[in-house]
Amino acid sequence: MAERPKILLLDDDQELLDVYREMLSNLPSRPEVRIAASGARAIALLESEPFSLLMSDLNMPKMDGLQVLTVVRRKFPHLRTAVMTSLADTQFRTRAYAMGIDLFLEKPNTPQEIDMFLQCIDSLLDRNDADTGFRGVQSKSLMDIIQMESLSHSSSVLKITNGSLVAKIWFQNGEIIDAEAPEVKGEPAVRKVLSWKTGAFEILPAELNRSRKVHTSVQGLLLESAQAMDEAQANQVNPSEPEPSAPGAAGPESPLSPLTRFDGVEFVMTLDEQRGKAESWSVENPQRLADWLRDTTRRFQILGESLHAGALKQYEGLTSQNHLVVVPRGEVTLCAGFDRSPGTDAVRETSEKLVALWLS
Amino acid sequence: MAFLNLKSRLDNGSDTTLTRLPSGSFTLDPAGRVVASTLPRSVPAQLVQLVSQSVMATFESARGAQLTLTELVVDFPAFKVTARQLRGGAIIFLAPQALRQR
Repeated sequence: MAERPKILLLDDDQELLDVYREMLSNLPSRPEVRIAASGARAIALLESEPFSLLMSDLNMPKMDGLQVLTVVRRKFPHLRTAVMTSLADTQFRTRAYAMGIDLFLEKPNTPQEIDMFLQCIDSLLDRNDADTGFRGVQSKSLMDIIQMESLSHSSSVLKITNGSLVAKIWFQNGEIIDAEAPEVKGEPAVRKVLSWKTGAFEILPAELNRSRKVHTSVQGLLLESAQAMDEAQANQVNPSEPEPSAPGAAGPESPLSPLTRFDGVEFVMTLDEQRGKAESWSVENPQRLADWLRDTTRRFQILGESLHAGALKQYEGLTSQNHLVVVPRGEVTLCAGFDRSPGTDAVRETSEKLVALWLS
Repeated sequence: MAFLNLKSRLDNGSDTTLTRLPSGSFTLDPAGRVVASTLPRSVPAQLVQLVSQSVMATFESARGAQLTLTELVVDFPAFKVTARQLRGGAIIFLAPQALRQR
C-alpha cells in the first residue's frame, strides 16, 4: 500500500490552519496534515521529519513566507512547495515562482475555487519526483503553469524559452487569447509549446489590447495536447524539438571552441567550483578573472537571496572596449567577453545564442 | 460551513509584513552614501545599503582585476539592478521584473 503523503501547512492564523487541515485531510490521497503557525516552527518540523509538501502563507509576522521559502529551498531543495495567499499581486507571485515554488494559489473563497484549489494540491501530491518537465528557475510542468494562470484568472504573458526557441502565450482573465511560437501562431502555437519537454519561463505584464485569436478553452487545449502526446508516444515518435544547428564541426582542441565561433567573442572562461577547475580561451590573466568572477557571483547570489528576488540569472559588465556576460548555473559559471562595437542589443542577441549553446 | 467565513477572514488585510521590491533610482557618492533618490520612503534603508554595497564592491574589485567597468546589469528572475559609474560614485536603477517592459 502506498505511503500517505505528508503536508505541512504554514499560516499565522490558527483558525484558517484548522479549516485547511480539515479540507486537505479529505483529499483522495488521504494525506497526513501537520500545521505550523510560524516560519521557525515550520522549519523545525521539516528538519525533524520528512514531508511531501509545504504549503505556506506569504504574509506572516516575524518571518514572512518569502523568507521561509528562501530557507526551505536551500535546506530542502527537493521538497515540493506551494504558496497560498490572499495577496493577488503580480510581484509577489513572480518572486515566489522565481524562488522555485511549485504552485502559487490564491486562497479560495467560493465552493468552486475550493474545489479547484484541492484538485491542484492533489495533483501536486500525485506527481512523481522523477518527472522531467520545466525545471529551470521553477520546478513544474508547463501544463501546471498554464492551468495555474487559468485558475487564478490571471491577465499576463507567459514567455517560454527552450534553448534558442522562444514562445509567448497571452492570458486574459485566465483564458488563453493568443500564442506565438517559432513559425506558428494561435492554437497551433499552444500545442507546439506544450510539446516542449524542458525550458524556462517567465511571467510578463499583461497586454490588455491584444486581440483574441484563440477561442478554445484552456482545459480543451490542455486535453487536446495531452491526447496528441499520448498518440505520439504510442507511435514511438520522438516529439522533441530540434537542437540549434551546430555551426560546423567543432574542433577537438577545447570544449570552449564552439563558443568562440560566435561573432564578436573575444574571450571565454568557465569555472567549475565543484571540480575546482577553470578553463579559458584568450583570457589575458585567467587567475585574476577567475577570482573576480568567483567573488562577484557569490556577492550577487547573496544579494538575490537577501532580496527574495530568485536565483541570480546573469550579470553583465561594460568596459570601454568589452561587454562581459556572466551566467552562473549551479556550480558552473560561464563568462564571455564580447567586442562592444556592434552595440549592446547585438551583443545581447549573440550572448543569448552562446549561452543557449553552452547550456545545451 | 466554515468555508463561508473564509472570504471575510481573508479580506480583512491584517497582514502587513511583506516588503515589496522597490522601483526607482538613487545616486551614490564615491564613499557609497546616497546623495539623491527617487525611491519611495517606505523602502528600507537596509535594502538600499545592501544593493549599494554590492554594486560599489563590484566596481572596485573589477578595477583590481584590470576591468574598468562603466556599467553593470544584474538580472534576477524578479528584479533587475542597473548601475552606472558616476565620477567615482554610481547611479543605480532598480526595477522589479514583474513591472519591467521587454
